[in-house]
Amino acid sequence: MLRFLIQRLLSLIPVLLTVAIVVFLILRLTPGDPAAVIAGNNATNEDIDRIREQLGLTQPLWTQFWIWFSGVLQGDLGYSFYLNKPVLELILQRIEPTLSLAAGTMLLAVLVAVPLGTLAAWRMGGWLDRILSGFAVAGFSVPVFVIGYVLIYIFAIELKWFPVQGYNRLLGPSAQGLGPWAWQLVLPWLSLATIYVALIARVTRASVSEALTEDYIRTARAKGVTEQAVLMRHALSNAAVPIVTVIGIGVALLIGGVVVTETVYAIPGLGSLTVDAVLNRDFPVIQGVVLFFSALYVLINLLVDLSYLWLDPRIRY
Amino acid sequence: MKRRSLFALATLTAALLSPWAVQAQTKTLKLVPHANVTILDPVWSTAFVTRNHGYMIYDTLFGTDLSGKVKPQMVDKWTVSKDNLTWTFKLRDGLEFHDGKPVTSEDVVASIKRWSSRDSFGGVLAKSVDNYSAPDPKTFVIKLKQPFGVMLEALGKPSSNVLFIMPARIAATPGTEQIKEHVGSGPYRFVPEEYKPGERLVYAKNDKYKPRAEAPDGTTGGKNVHVDRVEWVIIRDPQTQFNALVAGEVDIVEQPTFEQYSSLKAQKDVQIVDAQPAGLQFIFRFNHLHAPFNNVKIRQAAMVALGQEAHLKTQVGAPGMFAFCKSIYPCGTPLASDKMGIYTGMADPKKAAQMLKEAGYDGTPVVLMRPTDLASIAKLPLVAKQQLEAAGFKVDLQQMDWATLVARRAKKDAPAQGGWNAFMTAWTAGDILNPLTMAMMNAAGDRGWFGWQDDKQIEEMKVKFAQATTDAQKKAIAEQIQLRAMETASHVPLGQYFNPAALRKNITGLVPAGAQVYWNIKKN
Repeated sequence: MLRFLIQRLLSLIPVLLTVAIVVFLILRLTPGDPAAVIAGNNATNEDIDRIREQLGLTQPLWTQFWIWFSGVLQGDLGYSFYLNKPVLELILQRIEPTLSLAAGTMLLAVLVAVPLGTLAAWRMGGWLDRILSGFAVAGFSVPVFVIGYVLIYIFAIELKWFPVQGYNRLLGPSAQGLGPWAWQLVLPWLSLATIYVALIARVTRASVSEALTEDYIRTARAKGVTEQAVLMRHALSNAAVPIVTVIGIGVALLIGGVVVTETVYAIPGLGSLTVDAVLNRDFPVIQGVVLFFSALYVLINLLVDLSYLWLDPRIRY
Repeated sequence: MKRRSLFALATLTAALLSPWAVQAQTKTLKLVPHANVTILDPVWSTAFVTRNHGYMIYDTLFGTDLSGKVKPQMVDKWTVSKDNLTWTFKLRDGLEFHDGKPVTSEDVVASIKRWSSRDSFGGVLAKSVDNYSAPDPKTFVIKLKQPFGVMLEALGKPSSNVLFIMPARIAATPGTEQIKEHVGSGPYRFVPEEYKPGERLVYAKNDKYKPRAEAPDGTTGGKNVHVDRVEWVIIRDPQTQFNALVAGEVDIVEQPTFEQYSSLKAQKDVQIVDAQPAGLQFIFRFNHLHAPFNNVKIRQAAMVALGQEAHLKTQVGAPGMFAFCKSIYPCGTPLASDKMGIYTGMADPKKAAQMLKEAGYDGTPVVLMRPTDLASIAKLPLVAKQQLEAAGFKVDLQQMDWATLVARRAKKDAPAQGGWNAFMTAWTAGDILNPLTMAMMNAAGDRGWFGWQDDKQIEEMKVKFAQATTDAQKKAIAEQIQLRAMETASHVPLGQYFNPAALRKNITGLVPAGAQVYWNIKKN
């Protein structure tokens, strides 16, 4: 177990090194010049050259890479070309909204989807199963921004129950408290949770329905175990591994992929930071964010793998 | 027990809701700027949103009113020597930076030096300056090597880069580096501890600011503040901006999309206010270095092929939001003129085809760049392509994002080697008020603006314009420059348009100016 943990943590090194080199090179090979964007509409070539030199973009590629990478090794992700602030500070500032969005969405999705999927598997072909199938199709097909705008129109503009946009911080000096934080996030959570409810409920239904055909379920029922116990203790716990895997993938996708929801609700998270950085060719920020996401994905996968030990005692590392 | 639970619930609710209660006590104006503010140094960047940020916290020596007239702002009085070589300015009383220190002439001189190291108009001024001096804390003197008749226009320039006055210790930062402290003497002070890049900027009322007595007019007059704080809320999605305004979560959306105006007008709590009456101008820019546009006759043919109406109707569309304007200077401003030589502003494909034939066009494709991610100008190249093709041009429309376009337009290579032939952009009126601020009139060849027109006549006339001492002289020279620009087909002006702001109806007093400014505004 300890050996597995150390091995997996050590695997972070080649992953991050590869990501660092690839991202660095791709950015330098992509058309677009941050100096030209910074210089503005009425600049001249002379102005652009001066800014390029100031940003260190005239140095040989390997020198630029080494300057950046040696900083990364010391925990310094560099400075944003535009914002004149350390990349790490910008990432830390944006983590809370993104994590709040992702964690709330996943919690909501799991709380709704797992019971729904389990019940649908229990009464396969019944009305609940059919509703769930319909909901899953709708959940997968309707884009998040459409759900977002519809929810905003109904609950924010017409009923005025929730705000249209923005984010109230939960932590730090500008924290506004738990109430304002949750109140502001209700609609984004609902918008994003739709697709994850559909996904997790479908996987839960498939896994539980498969487990319900196993011999140990028949044995349990023959022994007179209640249906509730059959479902919860025997079927669901044996079906947990694929469900947790999907949840793990979902969390990883959520953290890196909430940009549309962040845009619709004007939530200042990592998604909007990344999009702004890409549009402006803010190389240090893009590099920092991609490295951060890569490390996060590896760690989430590790946590999912470790959870298997708890969910299925047969698994050993 | 029950009562105790109820009390506990009430206490918890109060604790959770308390931040809202505190917020409600201060009068806060919330506005959505037209773009994300990524750079806070208005000398380092020419971005309009950075310029507007500058107007919040800094003051200017002079301002420009709506009719284009320059009037004093921080300056009280000034004199010019008979030989027009010595300008002496005296600062008005009561000027103080947000750090509590008085504004001195040393600060002004340092600010002028830094600004002129980056700004093109400032650069022209710097070439004429012999030396600056500050004989006393309230007086500064500019000694010139040669007359500079547009001194006040330079010092009161309303758009990027604006000459904002900073403390000398901050203005000592080289123009090539961003400043790290944002201290001005303007009507608001920047609140750095509440600044969240990409999320919000906060400005608090500067209680010590002493506004001028005159009524506000453009960037001149009294900068009175009637709110406690202003928050710039960054909302990227236009639909979310719209929703937030309708729901009353923000008070102003600085630049709604053209498609939204009809819906906004239908909202009972929303009003449309044009705070930039001189508007903006679309232009088509030629690359003078490479075929086919290295041939003036082919550029002229393209100019005749391009008409304003289709561009304005396609890109803007909204009735009343655009106007036909032939002049290279914005219509309604002092130097605007109808004398445009061969350029009529109307598309004439037949005449253009004839001109193209006479010019010996060999079918070399025109590489026209289109920024797909910049909605405010993305449709223009589609129209231009159609009009040029109607006249017989072959057009290779290349789609890219704005960041790629601005990098590519700086390349002097041939179009086949990654260069280009034409691109289109827009300017606010404040940027093109005169030939010295207009990038397209930088005809210094390799050292000039993208497209690199090399025309000695334009450059010489600009020097004369800078030295002219009367308005009549300036107007006459500006007209000659315009005629020369059209004769050499430096670029094609494609009409004027307006992008008014959307405000909640309880907001009054928005000051029309050459930039978006937020003093004098009231929230009822």
